[in-house]
Amino acid sequence: MRFSALKILKEGLTGNRGWAPHWRDPAPKPEYDALIIGGGGHGLSTAYYLASQHGMSNIAVLEKGYLGGGNIGRNTTIVRANYGLPGNSEFYSHSLKLWERLEEELNYNVMHSQRGIVNLFHSDGARDAAARRGNAMINQGDDAILLDRAGVRRMLPFLDFDNARFPIYGGLYHPRGGTARHDAVAWGYARGADQRGVDLIQNCEVTGIDIENGAVTGVQTTRGPIRAKKVAMITAGRSGQVAAMAGMRLPIESHVLQAFVTEGLKPVLDTVVTFGMGHFYISQSDKGGLVFGGDIDMYASYAQRGNLPTAEHVIEAGMALMPMIGRAKLLRSWGGIMDMSPDGSPIIDRTHIDGLFLNTGWCYGGFKAVPASGHCMAHLMATGRPHEAAARFRLDRFETGQGLMDEEATGSQHNLH
Amino acid sequence: MRLTCPLCGARDRREFTYQGEAVALSRPDPDAGPEAWNTYLHLRENPAGWRDELWYHEQGCAAWLVVTRHTTTHEVRKVQLARDVAKAEGTA
Ligand SMILES: Cc1cc2nc3c(=O)[nH]c(=O)nc-3n(C[C@H](O)[C@H](O)[C@H](O)COP(=O)(O)OP(=O)(O)OC[C@H]3O[C@@H](n4cnc5c(N)ncnc54)[C@H](O)[C@@H]3O)c2cc1C
Ligand SMILES: [Zn+2]
Repeated sequence: MRFSALKILKEGLTGNRGWAPHWRDPAPKPEYDALIIGGGGHGLSTAYYLASQHGMSNIAVLEKGYLGGGNIGRNTTIVRANYGLPGNSEFYSHSLKLWERLEEELNYNVMHSQRGIVNLFHSDGARDAAARRGNAMINQGDDAILLDRAGVRRMLPFLDFDNARFPIYGGLYHPRGGTARHDAVAWGYARGADQRGVDLIQNCEVTGIDIENGAVTGVQTTRGPIRAKKVAMITAGRSGQVAAMAGMRLPIESHVLQAFVTEGLKPVLDTVVTFGMGHFYISQSDKGGLVFGGDIDMYASYAQRGNLPTAEHVIEAGMALMPMIGRAKLLRSWGGIMDMSPDGSPIIDRTHIDGLFLNTGWCYGGFKAVPASGHCMAHLMATGRPHEAAARFRLDRFETGQGLMDEEATGSQHNLH
Repeated sequence: MRLTCPLCGARDRREFTYQGEAVALSRPDPDAGPEAWNTYLHLRENPAGWRDELWYHEQGCAAWLVVTRHTTTHEVRKVQLARDVAKAEGTA
């Protein structure tokens, strides 16, 4: 089934009876060439690129719940390439380019909207840092515009420019940044992988990883054992438990991150705004809800719900930045489990076990990474060599201290990001 | 969430700062080698369940606490002074 305007028109006129399921619901086979543990954004995109770029279609994605039920369906959908450090810069730049042709490639409307992002700053020092970051982005081949106070006011007249603590001095504008529909990204990759023969197996929890003579031979699941010589662990917040099945301990601690949405409102905010000093960012969804969030709750958690002090903190920051938000009713809040790494940057690498691969450490920023993460992970699994855009995402950087990517310059230790 | 500080009683979560898994109580020797230090600094058990954590009663008595907490229910089973735990373990 191909999606097109004509097809939508035809279906609309004939009672929408011609739509078929987007993917099959296969039973697991006893053996595959490769297995992917985790049917989130990164697992699904890895499967898609293994099949589409490397011709590996005898593969399966094993998901313990339903496709898209994890963080991929819980995030606030910000897509950007405004990182400053070598390693991160080229990777997120690569990802944004993949985003820009994703809908055509997948024949799927992921509602990628390049509505721009404004990162506000509130002091002269922060302006210098923003200028430096903007130059790093431009050097990487991406786009950045330094806005002064009047420039921000033209775009976002309703912000509180004269806030006593954090008056707005300007903002770094990244026009190619924006948002996308999170579920649709999972569904689009799932459909694309399925069409190329990948088995997407839901309600299939991996409960053990089989290793013989230092090499992986398969996994145990709630739907029986499955053999494969290549296995990828791509389970975001659950990475610790899955790696433990292979006897590994990871440099990862899992934390809860919350997000919030208001009732649907008329269009009021046509870009993404981040207020770093208040740990707050906001955009407006196509349904009209103001979608916003802040920092993690700041203690280890596997509960997919947060605590009230953080909710209060985020909402206070929202009120400080754009007081008009106080007139909106909050509809829902929720949480997702983040795989926090010590330096705040991810890991895409082999492990010391032959055939066992690891993709984790996305912290609160792994949505924008979904295309490049899958692309680079597939490259690594298929060729045995890291993709150049992700070559620095090494697992051993913590052990050796070499090549740490501490984007926020807070220190490469747990719980500083 | 409230934590019961052994010195101050039950207090709001906002008075406390979370430091992480309570590994700092058994710090390796300076020359223990890179593996021991990597394990200490970076590798985490990260359980979905009970574990001991270090919290700091920053806006209270400024004591370091070992909190035994469940990471999926957020239930707190025990709060001890880190000093007492370290003494009992012979690491103080
Ligand atoms: C509130 C919130 C806001 C966010 N906002 C943004 C944002 O604006 N921009 C951005 O770039 N990022 C954002 N993120 C981060 C982003 O969502 C994550 O980094 C990313 O989705 C993680 O990768 P994933 O999609 O593969 O994870 P998930 O969707 O969580 O996928 C992991 C999957 O593994 C499965 N799994 C776990 N254990 C097993 C097992 N034993 N067997 C089988 N399957 C298993 C899980 O069920 C899950 O489906 C946000 C996250 C949250 C929670
Ligand atoms: Zn106290």
